Amino acid sequence: MALLDLSDVTVSIGALTPLDRIAFSIEAGEIIGVVGESGSGKSLTAMAVMGLLPLIGGRITSGAVRFADVELNRLPERDYRALRGRRIALISQNPMTSLDPIRRVGEQIDQVSMMHLGLGTEQARLRSVDMMRQLRIPEADVVHGNYPHQLSGGMKQRIVIAMALAADPELIVADEPTTALDVTIQAQIIQIMVEMARRKNVALMLITHDMGVVAQACDRVVVLYAGRVAETGSVERIFAAPRHPYTKSLIGCIPVEGLPPGGLKGIDGVVPGVANYPTGCRFHPRCSLAQDRCKIEAPLLRALDEGAAACHLAGDPP
Amino acid sequence: MSAPLVSMRGLGRTFVSRKGLFGAHRSMRAVDDVTLDIPAGKVTGVVGESGCGKSTLARLALRLIEASSGSVTFDGTDIGSLEPAAMRQIRRRMQMVFQDPYSSLDPRYSIADCLLEPFAIQGLMPPARQRAAQVDDLLDMVGLARSVASSFPHQLSGGQKQRVGIARALALKPQLLVLDEPTASLDVSIQAQIIELLERFRDDFGLTYLFISHDLGLVRYFCDQIVVMYLGRIVEVMDRPDARPRHPYSRALLNSTFAPDPAKRRVVTPMAGEIPSPFALPPGCAFAARCPQASALCKAERPTLAESTAGGRIACHHPQD
Repeated sequence: MALLDLSDVTVSIGALTPLDRIAFSIEAGEIIGVVGESGSGKSLTAMAVMGLLPLIGGRITSGAVRFADVELNRLPERDYRALRGRRIALISQNPMTSLDPIRRVGEQIDQVSMMHLGLGTEQARLRSVDMMRQLRIPEADVVHGNYPHQLSGGMKQRIVIAMALAADPELIVADEPTTALDVTIQAQIIQIMVEMARRKNVALMLITHDMGVVAQACDRVVVLYAGRVAETGSVERIFAAPRHPYTKSLIGCIPVEGLPPGGLKGIDGVVPGVANYPTGCRFHPRCSLAQDRCKIEAPLLRALDEGAAACHLAGDPP
Repeated sequence: MSAPLVSMRGLGRTFVSRKGLFGAHRSMRAVDDVTLDIPAGKVTGVVGESGCGKSTLARLALRLIEASSGSVTFDGTDIGSLEPAAMRQIRRRMQMVFQDPYSSLDPRYSIADCLLEPFAIQGLMPPARQRAAQVDDLLDMVGLARSVASSFPHQLSGGQKQRVGIARALALKPQLLVLDEPTASLDVSIQAQIIELLERFRDDFGLTYLFISHDLGLVRYFCDQIVVMYLGRIVEVMDRPDARPRHPYSRALLNSTFAPDPAKRRVVTPMAGEIPSPFALPPGCAFAARCPQASALCKAERPTLAESTAGGRIACHHPQD
């Protein structure tokens, strides 16, 4: 059984429906990349999993989110609280949204294992320092007593990762965890996250807009476009033979080694806003292969040899 | 390479700040001893991490801030000594596109007003009946619908705003465009659109670009000459985009870029240590604390930027081959 399973999850905020029948699953210990442009629904999907939609006035109107044996979308808030931080942890884009600026960073990690695992102060401290060492934080016992403002962005993000790992979760949802960091630091943080996920057999849902990061880190990929799943598949298959034109275009936007001048091709137009979703396939106004049928009939997500794609033309490999 | 449009010689800029409200003054050299030629009609890329001085260098190139030392020559004229009126004259020929299109466009100006502002500032305002046509031409050029003219910045997406920023920079038909991370806040799909647009203007108008970025992959694709900066100084200049970097820092930057190909996964060698404080730079090579090749010499003596045997210039005691 999958660790996390989203089956046809539809999310509404007021009269709008920003997520439409999102379906994918994550196995235990698997690293899955969720990609798409801004406005494709990546962060909302994370919020749906974390049970945070009420914060922005949203709710799951149909479909189900199952985590191991728990049906998350029917879980009372009190039970959700026991789960969050304990079995499912979140790493956000900006570490300062997770860190309290006036408390020592070590105490903030300690608190997680004290609260969720019932450890005493000293045990929690030892555990935190050990975790910080594993995350290659130099002089971990000194940093344990530092305040957030004394640390660099990369160090702060490592502290947040330590907090996420502190209660031995089964799933970590990481929403653009490296976007705010410099490239050299980004590469290190991605490497550390993957290493830790593998070593501790934690599943990782890695939300990113960077296809390079996906290729480097993930086992499988979910491509979102305008609130729907465009394609899912193993990372090898997605990059070698993308079935959805959107996936193919996204990969084509990255300047790779040896690309001839003029070889970089953007995707014309922009992701439509949630109030202006086009009929049929939502990608059709930007798709170079669109046919009449694509403008009228929304393609269903169909299982393919490896994964699934929602495109009328995906039957035959491009 | 072609003749330089811009020449920087020993260019430097020092900022002074105070530690706390009553603390002692301390200074940092945001840009230190930069000597660089920007060839006409080519794209010169400057890469480095936050705080390496690349944005300060961009501003110095246009004299948006004053240099503390050294000079900038634009098409044979030393712009550091120009009087305000003469400076304004020459500004027509050099323009800037900023990183953040959200803050570089006045929220209360319509897009048409915004595009006409450079003409107003330069005293070149077209007669009233020609203004709409002028705005339409600019919008056409950057691929925006003419209806955008009456919109306000908050009604546009990030990519559209950046197109307006480029149209405004091109309004006076400059020769030099300084682009400070013009795509850093955009999606990759939109970044690629903007780069396509810039490629077209370079080819059609023979524009010269100074392109600031933190993305070595993008710079290697787009630029003819690549300048790598670390803590205010140039550490390497590559005169071909496909040249293999020889400086350990440039290598580390390249090693941090992931290819969109799962077959090319790599183990990132973590760089030891953190970037030193720009207020207290070490005496030797500023990169020595993080460099796997560092020797006693590197910690004692700062390497000078010298001609590299493989073309370009490099400041390193132990260049890699």
